[in-house]
Amino acid sequence: MNKYYLGVDLGSTTSKAVIINENDEIIGRGITNTRANYAVAADIARDEAIYNARFSILKKKLETDFQNKPEYRKYIDDLESVFQYEQFKVRLDRLGEELYKTCYGYFKDEQQREEMLGHLRSIRRAFKPKIKYDYLYNNLGAKNQFFRDIVSEKYNEELGKIDTQLFEPLMTVWDKSISPAENIRVQFDFAELVHQAMEELKEKYSSLPDRTDDHSSFHFDAEIGLLKGNFEHVSESLREHIDEITALEFHISNMTGTGYGRALLPFPEDCIRSEILCHAFGAHAVFPETRTVLDIGGQDTKAIQVDRYGLVTSFQMNDRCAAGCGRYLGYIADEMSISLNELGPMAMKAEKEVSICSTCTVFAGAELRELTNLGEKREDILGGLHKAIIMRAMSLIARSGGVFNEFTFTGGVARNPAVIKYLSQLVKENYGDKIKINIHTDSIFMGALGGAMFARRNFKPETPATSSNKAHA
Amino acid sequence: MAEPKDAIKEKSMNLQKEMLAKQFHDLSKATENGRKVVYTFVPGNLTELILSFDMLPVYPEINALQSGMRKKSGDYIKDAEKMGYSEDVCTYVKCDIGMMLNGNIGPTGEKLPPPDLLLLSYTGCFTFLKWFENLERLYPGVPVAMLHTPYQEDGKITKDQVDYMVKQLKEEVIPKMEKVAGRKFDEERLSAMMLNSARAEDLLVKVLESAKNVPSPIDAYFAGVYYIGPIFTAFRGTAEAVDYYSELWKEVQERMQLGLGPVTPEGEMKEQKFRLVVEGPPNWTNFREFWKIFYDMGAVIVASSYTKVGGVYDLGFRHDPAEPLESLARYCMGCYTNMNLPQRVGLLEKYVKEYKADGFLINSIKSCNSFSAGQLMIMREIEQRTGAPVGFIESDLVDPRYFSYANIKNRLESYFQMLEQRKIIISQEGLSV
Repeated sequence: MNKYYLGVDLGSTTSKAVIINENDEIIGRGITNTRANYAVAADIARDEAIYNARFSILKKKLETDFQNKPEYRKYIDDLESVFQYEQFKVRLDRLGEELYKTCYGYFKDEQQREEMLGHLRSIRRAFKPKIKYDYLYNNLGAKNQFFRDIVSEKYNEELGKIDTQLFEPLMTVWDKSISPAENIRVQFDFAELVHQAMEELKEKYSSLPDRTDDHSSFHFDAEIGLLKGNFEHVSESLREHIDEITALEFHISNMTGTGYGRALLPFPEDCIRSEILCHAFGAHAVFPETRTVLDIGGQDTKAIQVDRYGLVTSFQMNDRCAAGCGRYLGYIADEMSISLNELGPMAMKAEKEVSICSTCTVFAGAELRELTNLGEKREDILGGLHKAIIMRAMSLIARSGGVFNEFTFTGGVARNPAVIKYLSQLVKENYGDKIKINIHTDSIFMGALGGAMFARRNFKPETPATSSNKAHA
Repeated sequence: MAEPKDAIKEKSMNLQKEMLAKQFHDLSKATENGRKVVYTFVPGNLTELILSFDMLPVYPEINALQSGMRKKSGDYIKDAEKMGYSEDVCTYVKCDIGMMLNGNIGPTGEKLPPPDLLLLSYTGCFTFLKWFENLERLYPGVPVAMLHTPYQEDGKITKDQVDYMVKQLKEEVIPKMEKVAGRKFDEERLSAMMLNSARAEDLLVKVLESAKNVPSPIDAYFAGVYYIGPIFTAFRGTAEAVDYYSELWKEVQERMQLGLGPVTPEGEMKEQKFRLVVEGPPNWTNFREFWKIFYDMGAVIVASSYTKVGGVYDLGFRHDPAEPLESLARYCMGCYTNMNLPQRVGLLEKYVKEYKADGFLINSIKSCNSFSAGQLMIMREIEQRTGAPVGFIESDLVDPRYFSYANIKNRLESYFQMLEQRKIIISQEGLSV
């Protein structure tokens, strides 16, 4: 039986899970921003990583087929996306129930209650198909894919269309309902959801127009084209493989928990490890020449030095104040009433960087309002804010000893293009043009990856070395 | 295991407690008994000289750290801040000022007498200078004697420097002390005391160097701060100090023979997984919590720089009865914080190597510039010279607002895991680092 290893990274903003195989290859990723307790967050992230792992295993099995039959790949990719929608739908129904429940409890006046219920029904009716469409037609793009963010956006959109007087009561109902809906672990039946997803796909492909002019990619067109008249054959040819991974008994041989919430994980003590070690180990595994790692997470920034084996030799963390971390950006996004994902792209449009103090998040908010009043452009203010974050990180890097050899940037903030822009600029300015800067698409998962790698190695003081567990360097 | 209400103590600790109780009782009766009181600082203190005049010393830093341990410093600091002391001022100073504003009650609950003399014998930390300027205002008219201690800029103590200090002692310090004490300076008495000083110093060095043993019978930082208590303060040069260190050395020898580890507030430390060298003072407001993080994780401190602030005796210096004033001068200049940074690095490097340490850790103090300056350089140098993994945490001396338990625990946990990981991987995989 194949052995799999799990790493769970409970961060201050998101919880991540990664599953690796015996070759340290990532086969499953799961992420959640649920604000439930850490045990639920860990379960949700792990479940998601296991579903993702099943699809990865399936894709690996079909690798050769994919080369000759691109429509197979397209079908499986679509299936995974629709599968995610099926999960989303269950949670959405939960949310619906919560909204109605809150409404019943909150509005004592029957007439008002009925009116509100009417609005809620129409809101749901309006956004449900939109969300479905986004999933089915891969329309979510680079947008945040967290449940709360997606539904909040749609809910707000619909709310904007109705009488402003209703805004406040309907927002109150929302605020009281979202957490209970989001913070519950829903145990899905993988097989059931996969089959439902196949049905959805059948519907999608059979109703495809003759040409999909919206999509310019040649491959995409060709694959869609191949699927259009052929989907039943494709789906039947793949059914056996799909059923096989559905039935696959998924055995996690060992696991490691890391991150801020690690002490609260229901893991044995020796399966819990510091996120500093995990981030470093993960980053080093992906980029073995790395000697300096910078991780900007939700509420802390870590500058870590590693040796050639990925072992930490020293680290520095922000102390006493979390200004300059991910939450700083979250706060600024709230202040500007835009989504977190829009911050970076907007800052990329800056023509200059307005100088902003980064020593305090709250002060930065006040400064932002002041600068806006003075007529500074939002883009330029955001440029300055992003630069300020990196300047703070640079000071931490300097404290940890500087940048050596390859430099790897990890953490959720590494997804922000403006952060990457200023980081690259300042690292080169301070440590020379020759420094190679690594940023991986999985940067947010590095801590969980390192955790999974520790789980595979199972380093325990009591356990003698096993010859198969050679260090991956 | 539930934490015992009272900390488990060694016999020598009880002995020290009695010594301190008597000291603070004598102080509380000083005015009544006509004894003169000298306020002075620990690094480079002239205790034998003060005692040779039958005067009683008071150490404001010790009072401040005691207030920190008794959870009183937070309020004292707030009172000093109300007077206008900034948030960035040394918290020892603010705690001391606050204590005076609140009736100057010492650690035993008895009132401390006002100073008859402010003896500023060490200026390596410039805050000391300002501290006594402030005390002078709180006690108008109190005489101040200043002994300037040249910094070891070139890393050595020259004859000129010694002469310069002896000249100050003879022409400035001793005449002022004679005036306050109302008696003549007795050099023979000072010499006799120095014989006791040197005996106690010999014993202290033996105790501290016992940590070279594996496993170590002592914790040279958390327990070390108790071991240095008598000799760094009012008892150097006394027979009581010699008795205390004889008893302590006896206890340590017994522990070594039995292969026992250090005594923590929760009993003997069983497992010593990591041997560390620590630079910087400890945090006093959460001292036991702070110590517990270490012993719970099997970390023993085998050497520290903080236990050298009142004299780096393990480098060979002893008070010399044959040259009492010259040796006081050499003593003042030789204290840890009067050493230049390359000397400090050299000393810490020696500790890491000679005490077979697994790691080097710095506790950086938010409000102490004289200790914090150069620490990052020290850390990097030690890492390069010894290959020992280095760690860095931040807290404060006596301001409870700057002790963040969760942050410190998180960093220390990471640091210990880092040490453990290296040990295991290196031994299991046969890697060379």
